Amino acid sequence: MFSSFMLNTWVAGTAVAVIAGVAGFFAVLRGSTFAAHAIPNGAFAGAAGATLLGLNPFVGLAAFSVAGALGIAALSRRARSDVATALTFVMMLGVGALFVSWSTQYAQEAYSLLFGEVFGVSAAEVRPIVVLGAVSVAAIMVMFRPLLLSSALPEVAEARGVPPRRMELAFLLVMALATSMTVPVVGALLMFSLMIGPAAAARSLTARPGLAMTLSVLIALVTVWVAIAASYQSNWPLGFFVGVIGAAFFLAGKAFSWARGKSENTVRLAARSLR
Amino acid sequence: MLRYVIEPGFFASGPVHIALAVGTVIAVTSAVVGVFTVTRGQSFAGHSLADIATTGGSGAFLIGINQFWGYLAFGAGAAAFMEMIGIQRRRGRDVATGVVLGAALGLAALFLYLGTQYSTTTGASFTILFGSMFVLTPSTVPVLITSALIALATVLVLARVLLLTSLSPDLAAARGVPVRAVGAAYLMALAVSVSLSAVIIGAVLSTALLIGPAATALRVAKGPVQAAAVAAAIGVAATWLGILLAYDSYYWPPAGRGWPVSFFVVTLITGGYLISYLRPGGRPAPVPAEPEHACSVALC
Repeated sequence: MFSSFMLNTWVAGTAVAVIAGVAGFFAVLRGSTFAAHAIPNGAFAGAAGATLLGLNPFVGLAAFSVAGALGIAALSRRARSDVATALTFVMMLGVGALFVSWSTQYAQEAYSLLFGEVFGVSAAEVRPIVVLGAVSVAAIMVMFRPLLLSSALPEVAEARGVPPRRMELAFLLVMALATSMTVPVVGALLMFSLMIGPAAAARSLTARPGLAMTLSVLIALVTVWVAIAASYQSNWPLGFFVGVIGAAFFLAGKAFSWARGKSENTVRLAARSLR
Repeated sequence: MLRYVIEPGFFASGPVHIALAVGTVIAVTSAVVGVFTVTRGQSFAGHSLADIATTGGSGAFLIGINQFWGYLAFGAGAAAFMEMIGIQRRRGRDVATGVVLGAALGLAALFLYLGTQYSTTTGASFTILFGSMFVLTPSTVPVLITSALIALATVLVLARVLLLTSLSPDLAAARGVPVRAVGAAYLMALAVSVSLSAVIIGAVLSTALLIGPAATALRVAKGPVQAAAVAAAIGVAATWLGILLAYDSYYWPPAGRGWPVSFFVVTLITGGYLISYLRPGGRPAPVPAEPEHACSVALC
């Protein structure tokens, strides 16, 4: 399990967990869960297009995830964001269906793009994940305070000169960047599970934003490590373990906050810590 | 001239007849249910239920029962679970949906893995996303239409209370409307209608038909009844045109084996929405970001 063959898997899994924990905290706080599902999944269509043109799938993934983020932000200006997300998402997947119907050998690869191929990762695949992960985590750290303020109290943020639409766009672009590189290794579906379950669990455990984000990263790390070990032993897909463990953490967090008898109010505490 | 628009044999083809009939029923049901989905801000739940239902389909395939029941059981079960862990509260809604979706997708990975291990089905994950309208068998059609009509009837019976609870839950509660029960009943109807359409047209197209026509209609229509009618008309038109174009595209380049129906329908629906969106002097966004506080323009 800890042989050199598995080394890249552990490195990639750890990097992905850190990205997912940080980005997921804000996705859950902002209620951008649908965008977190739509961007990595829609980007899958870009990989199909790139394969068709004989390009590196990364190019297609990056292009489509950025296009998705821009599309959601543009449509959200005059419509509800869930409707904007839904329409951008189905359009991306519709184009993906067209690309797949044109190509002949793609259907088999679709499984690995959706569910990941985390065992036997090459060093060349790990490098972009680690680099892009570091860049996107750094970007979120730079934006941390304004992003937190505009997520928790959009009106106050606007009054203080933080434009909410620009913040939304910046966040979506960082999420697009972070997810596009991880899709070929961990899969679009797993990336989503890893962003939502741990972050939602962390929010149930504490209302303090800094602590919640740290907890979110820690829970994501534990989820990935346990999932890699379990998947290695049982040969069952990694995505199954990540999805189920993430949901279990969420339920445990819910039970904890229910037993404590306090409703979570990250929003109010985030506001107080910023005043 | 006409034979260039409509490929010869379009109206004589059996699969096309079934696709048109079933497509129409699904388009109408999705459009009417979708008006409430968009008003209530539950697009994510609508899409997730379609994804989750397809997980049920692969599970049923694995244990060898009719996939139809797998779809329905997972769709309804997920709706009940989302309701339990907090979809009724606006803030926690998308998170509750996301957690259930994440767990279901994990199960989908497992089912597909076990399925391909025992039966060597290639491209199973692809069918999950995109479905296939031209592979319907006549025997499943009556069951499908009946279930769609039940979902449609539930929503129509609940229409008035649903509108009230969507726009002003407090007012509805003050009038003695059981807000949570109505929300749960609606979510069940949504689950049934979405899992049915996911069986046939896949999760992508099911979401497109649920959200697109309703969002467009809410921009242009005055009042909820008109919105439902316009949405149904847009949905049916997009479905028929999409099937026609897919049939026509059989000899189109580059592959020479037909473009997918889902691509055409999605493009038509999104195009229609963008036209209503860009229309000069068009109505502003019909539903404000927080409908609890303000009344929707289109529905008051």
